Parts: sequence; C-alpha cells; structure tokens
Amino acid sequence: MSRRTPLHDHHVAGGARMVEFAGWRMPLHYGSQVEEHHRVRREAGMFDVSHMTIVDLEGPAARPFLRRLLANDVDRLQVPGKALYGCMLNERGGVVDDLIAYFLAEGRFRLVVNAATREKDLDWIRRHAAPFEVAVTVRDDLAMLAVQGPAARERVHRVLGAGADAAARLAPFHGAEIGGLFVARTGYTGEDGYELMIPAAEAGAWWDRLREAGVAPCGLGARDTLRLEAGMCLYGQDMDEEVTPLECGLGWTVAWEPASRAFIGREALEAQRAAGVTVRAVGLLLEGRGVLRHGQKVYVPGQGEGVVTSGGFSPTLGRSIGLARVPVRVGTHCEVEIRGRRERARIVKPPFVRHGRVMVDLGGGPSGEEGEQSGE
Amino acid sequence: MSDIPAQLRYTRSHEWVRIEDDGSVVVGITDHAQEQLGDLVFVELPEVGRRVAAGEDCAVVESVKAASDVYAPVAGEVAEVNGELEGSPELVNQDPYGRGWLFRLRDADLGSAELLDAEAYRAHVESEEH
Repeated sequence: MSRRTPLHDHHVAGGARMVEFAGWRMPLHYGSQVEEHHRVRREAGMFDVSHMTIVDLEGPAARPFLRRLLANDVDRLQVPGKALYGCMLNERGGVVDDLIAYFLAEGRFRLVVNAATREKDLDWIRRHAAPFEVAVTVRDDLAMLAVQGPAARERVHRVLGAGADAAARLAPFHGAEIGGLFVARTGYTGEDGYELMIPAAEAGAWWDRLREAGVAPCGLGARDTLRLEAGMCLYGQDMDEEVTPLECGLGWTVAWEPASRAFIGREALEAQRAAGVTVRAVGLLLEGRGVLRHGQKVYVPGQGEGVVTSGGFSPTLGRSIGLARVPVRVGTHCEVEIRGRRERARIVKPPFVRHGRVMVDLGGGPSGEEGEQSGE
Repeated sequence: MSDIPAQLRYTRSHEWVRIEDDGSVVVGITDHAQEQLGDLVFVELPEVGRRVAAGEDCAVVESVKAASDVYAPVAGEVAEVNGELEGSPELVNQDPYGRGWLFRLRDADLGSAELLDAEAYRAHVESEEH
C-alpha cells in the first residue's frame, strides 16, 4: 500500500489523476499538465511536495557533522534562515542524494532530501551521524507545499496575513519561521516563490486558502517539465551514485576550500579533478524530429558517445529539450538516437527558461555558447 | 467515462478502426487512450506505401511524459497519413475520432485480427481499470 500525503483527499476531490511515485500516491495532473506548466510560468501554481523527506539535525555537533556529510560547506551559512544546495557523496565521489540544507539556529539545521531515496538517505545520515553529538529527527509531522510563479509571493503574502511583511523581507534562498510555518524562498521551477513547511493537520486549510487566492493546483508532471526547462538536475536521472558532481554539472556545489575540510568523497573528487574529468553535462535543443528522453544515446562527432539524462518536451519553447552527459570536448552539435534514427541536436547552456524568459537562442545557427550549469 | 462511438471497431491496444465504403480503414487512438497519455506533443506516422501486418507497431504517439507505440489493427498498406498532426499533435487529444485520426490502410484484411465492437471494448477498458 502506497503512502498518502496529508493532501491526498484534496487531490482526489480536485480531480487529480493519481499515480504511484516513489512509494507515494501523488497527483500527476488535474486535467492538463501543459496548462499547469504555463500557469506556473505566467502566474502561480502550487505543488504538494509532502512526499519529500524533511530531516532536522540538532546538537552542538550539527555543523561539524554537515561539514563532513556534504560536499558543499555549511560554513557558508552564518545567518539563520540561509539555505544551501549541495550533494551527499559516497567515498567514490558518487552522489548519494542532492538536497537543500537550511540553517535554523546554531546547533539546528534542516535537510530536505528526495522521496525516492528516503530510506537510503536516512540510513546514510544516521550511520555518519553516529560519531557526532547530533540528534536526527524525521519530520513526518510536516507537510510541504511549493508555491511557484511570478505572482506566487504576492498570493502567499495575501494568505499569510500578519506574517506577510516578514516573508516579503526574505532574500532568495532564505527561510524563516513565520506564524507557525517555515517559509523558504526556494523552489525547483526556475520561478520565484516559496516552499512552505506546514504542520500536517493544517495542510488542507492552507491548500484551500491558496486556491482561493488564485494559486492553481499542479501535479508532478508540470513539476518535471518546469525543472527541466530550469536546467535543474533530477536525482536518479541526471545523477546517481555512479556519477560525481563534476560529471553532472554540479561542480559549482563542491566547496574545495578550505582544503582541510575532509568531507566524504573528497579524495575521490580530487583524484578525478587531477586526472581530468572526461564527461560534462550540457543542455540539448532538438533540431530533428521526435522527443528527447532519458537514456537515449548521444553521438558527438570525433569525440565519442554520451547519454541523454533528462529529456522531454518544453511547453514554453514548444520544442524538445534535454540534459545530457557527453564527452568534455563537445562542439556545438551532436546527434541523438531516437528509435533507431539519428536526429540532430544543438548543444546549449542551461537553463532553457528562467523567470519566464527563454534563455536559449531558438534560431537555426550554432550559439557557440558553452559552460557549466549555473546554480542558485 | 470516455467516449466510445458505437459505429467504430476497436483493438485491445486502444486503436479505433473505421471501415470505409471502399474497403479501406481509418485508424486512430481512442478517447480513453488519449486521456491516459495526456497532452500529446509529437506523433510519428508510418510511410505511405508501407505494408503492415496486424499488430505491427507502425506509429508512435509521444505525450509530455512518454512515448507509446501504435499498432496496425489489421494487415494492409498505408495509403494516407494525417499530415495535420505534424504541426498539431494536440488534435489527437481534442478530437481523437475526427481530426486526430492517424493513418488509412488500403487492401485491408479485416479477417487478419480480432476487432472488438464498442460494447466489448468498453468491457475491456473497464477490466483494465480494475
């Protein structure tokens, strides 16, 4: 029997098409995934992301523990509320999971990890927390809503009432406890907005109030096309335990300095960097026919082969786009094998869309642009 | 419940078939199938002149989330394809039995496969939903 979020009955009542996802019963869409996608780009939409796992770490050693656990450095978090995106690595430098770490107060941090990797992550965190003085608490008592889009903040402010001023002061990638909620200016769509962590019993009331304020319910389908347009990696597709951050466009999340910080996977990453990384992550804009999909083979003239790690149709661009891992010396074009045919694709730099704006040149000519995935 | 017109014939793999007066057959995917797939973004059609066997995969419909094969309901030769779908794959969502048709077969061998009537297809859809 799959798990249900506190909003399950709201989804069913709202006409959602429910699907199995990572052991959870989740809404795929409420009628049209494409319409929901556009709603987020143009106005405001909300996603039930209560299936993600919230883990609180408390104790005097919470900070030193996270400096060991994460390839990014939580010493960058000095102001309470500030958040950091990064990866937990294994000893080989492979990605155990990607996550957001929030600094709540000294000795108090919160992690949000993926739903599909929940048990593995919790085992990993608890195992490595053992030598440290830190309590690990899974917050299954919290629901989580992502409200995203150009109008998202203003609509959340309406619902927050007295807390609106405090929320309006939050800088990007910061969060705060406001009126019994944890409100964070983070997201996964390339739009502005908030992620709200709410006591489970109150989630339904917040969902209803946000709907009344003009925020459209959106399913996991739109969340995936939005994040792909935003050029953001998806765990299990663009990265996994066999791929290092240097190979999937997340090199920017590795804090090499100070050199004395011995995070898990550091030695393997340093060895890889010294030997030279042979593959890199790029964006693809399909010029041929069809749709790019995860797992399709990529041919780079004169350099070898790669793979589409995430692919799909971009509702904003009206074209098929993808993320791919390719030989590091990739040029301006490649070919992708789609059902036995080779179709031409242009190499572009993600994101494809950010804050509602198309960021790639859709014209025919080569862009000549190359680079790493940019971060928040 | 999705629309299942009484005058058409159906396959268990969710194609519909309209038998024309000249013996040719027009093929599309059912309302139920398009509902399950969601927003279609690309349709790949067979080449005109290709001979297909009953049950052979000969077209692909891609939704936002995945690609799905479309099978020839009966044996025949591809006489015509719906070129309008190249620029407007969403016609399959909007009008699956009309402007969203996929291809036409001539020299169709109606005895080459079992086709369901509307009632039998409805029972098949209901059995898959349980």
